[in-house]
Amino acid sequence: MAWFRKEKKPLESVEGKRVHTEGLWTKCESCRQIIWKKDLEANWNACPRCSFHFKIDARTRLRLLFDGEWVEHYSGLASTDPLQFKDLKAYRERLSQMQKKTGMNDAVVVAEGRLEGRPVVLCAMEYNFIGGSMGAVVGEKITRAIEMSLAKRVPLIIVSASGGARMMEGVVSLMQMAKISAALARLDEARVPYISVLTDPTTGGTTASFAMLGDLNVAEPGALIGFAGPRVIEQTICQKLPEGFQRSEFLLEHGMLDAVVDRKDLKTYIARALEFCTWTSDKAGSAAAGAPPAP
Amino acid sequence: MSDDPQPPRQELDALQKRIRELEQLASEPEAQEKLRKMYSLLEDMKEGESPDDPSAAEPAPPGAWQRVLLARHPQRPYFLDYVQHLFEGFSEVHGDRGFGDDTAIVCGMARFQGQPVLALGQQKGRSTKDKLHRNFGMAKPEGYRKAIRVMQYAAKFARPIFTFLDTPGAYPGIDAEARGQAEAIAYNLREMARLPVPIIVTVIGEGGSGGALGIGVGDSVLILENAIYSVISPESCAAIVWRNSGKAELAAEALKLTAEDLLKMGVVDEIVPEPPGGAQADHRAAAALLAPVLERCLSEAAQLPVNDLLDRRYQKFRKMAQFWTGE
Repeated sequence: MAWFRKEKKPLESVEGKRVHTEGLWTKCESCRQIIWKKDLEANWNACPRCSFHFKIDARTRLRLLFDGEWVEHYSGLASTDPLQFKDLKAYRERLSQMQKKTGMNDAVVVAEGRLEGRPVVLCAMEYNFIGGSMGAVVGEKITRAIEMSLAKRVPLIIVSASGGARMMEGVVSLMQMAKISAALARLDEARVPYISVLTDPTTGGTTASFAMLGDLNVAEPGALIGFAGPRVIEQTICQKLPEGFQRSEFLLEHGMLDAVVDRKDLKTYIARALEFCTWTSDKAGSAAAGAPPAP
Repeated sequence: MSDDPQPPRQELDALQKRIRELEQLASEPEAQEKLRKMYSLLEDMKEGESPDDPSAAEPAPPGAWQRVLLARHPQRPYFLDYVQHLFEGFSEVHGDRGFGDDTAIVCGMARFQGQPVLALGQQKGRSTKDKLHRNFGMAKPEGYRKAIRVMQYAAKFARPIFTFLDTPGAYPGIDAEARGQAEAIAYNLREMARLPVPIIVTVIGEGGSGGALGIGVGDSVLILENAIYSVISPESCAAIVWRNSGKAELAAEALKLTAEDLLKMGVVDEIVPEPPGGAQADHRAAAALLAPVLERCLSEAAQLPVNDLLDRRYQKFRKMAQFWTGE
């Protein structure tokens, strides 16, 4: 027999009382700081406390680098699944899932616009689309971007965020490396500037082709950049990798990058570089972006 | 792909041969006894193969996984074996003039049917000591930098270039990363695209991803019948998608890495036949089958004026493997 009898009142509805905080806050992966998302966005998606650079999607990248409007090209290109690849899930299915999720047909956006007043061709890779991996479509779009840049003599910027060649398109992906690099040889010969921006992560076939072939190769702080992924290396040498290995600062120290630039300063840095490459003493041509005529 | 779990006969033969060799090397009687047991076990397996099996009389073409095994066969001719049979007066050129000499890539001046040429390729080792010396055919940045340096030397004096691809991949290690493995390969891809001399590429064994491609841009890309070319090793692919490297056979099938598949996809220009059973059976015969193809590809490329040659090379890769729809 109980001494006290609890009056069972119906629980009050909490519906009206709940404060919706979900999705408004995020945690810094590096310093564990809880950050209000609007603060994060206002700070170029870098942690206000430790300046850890969060990954950003391709469209955010375009907004960050272009002055205003831009024109997108070749957005209709989509893979035809050359190997009919199927692992646990068919590659075709994976593709259409990704297309729904990202609203893109593949892992890169090619766009034309202006950067601090200069016309540029910009390719921004989308890491959320199968790890930003490069298959036939990414290869073709980037090659077309290079050819457009060459035909119009407009500087090229490629922002990489990619795990490398796309396994599900096998050797077809591998050949994109050769194709893009050959196109870059032509751009190089024509002396049209190409700035490569490496962001977290840039590895495998992407690093081993266009990402390392810029007239300047600049990276965002703390980005993972390398050829082999850290897990593969650990398995090969059977030991833990040192802290900071394959990060931007490590590469800078080893002479593999021209600069590590904070995201907030990136646009200015690129503009300076383009000015360096394209400035002419002739007043009429100085503001325009055209490179000096080929010899 | 056959469902037969048994390895093919020639593999059993090769294994037995290897065991015999080991037996001669083994000093302890206990070890010799064990090896003899293994030998007879293999003998039993061979007898288990029914001779009435029609597939034994008319051997079916090897499946993808068997091709992988053949491409990695320890007795398969390596780059220097082809050098011995295809070229005369091979004189090695060492070093990248910056860091060191990578022994996983060998470059040298040679004569091909009387004409001075450059021959270079990835070199695997056969004995344990040799394997370590060659780092299993896995080059580091200095290897790729040596290769392009020597190719530019050849181009300066208008000498054609033959490259031979046979590597599990570029070396994935701390030192290689620190010295810019990716940059070294990327640089080679761009520079090989515009070297003003004919470049004939042959995949002789394992075409392991970017590590192979790093010396693999050219006017003709040939592949031996049992060689493979892939963006990733079947084991790594299996480890990623099935989380089990034991599913490598499935992965080999899915990756479409055999010579026939590559020809169909337009990634290689021609398949070079091998002697019956595979190149490992007869190095001299394998080289003899390759020589006329190399000669034809070279004379085709050598006829073209330099600008046409470079244009053709560009278009070759530009138009390769167009697998997309839409605009």
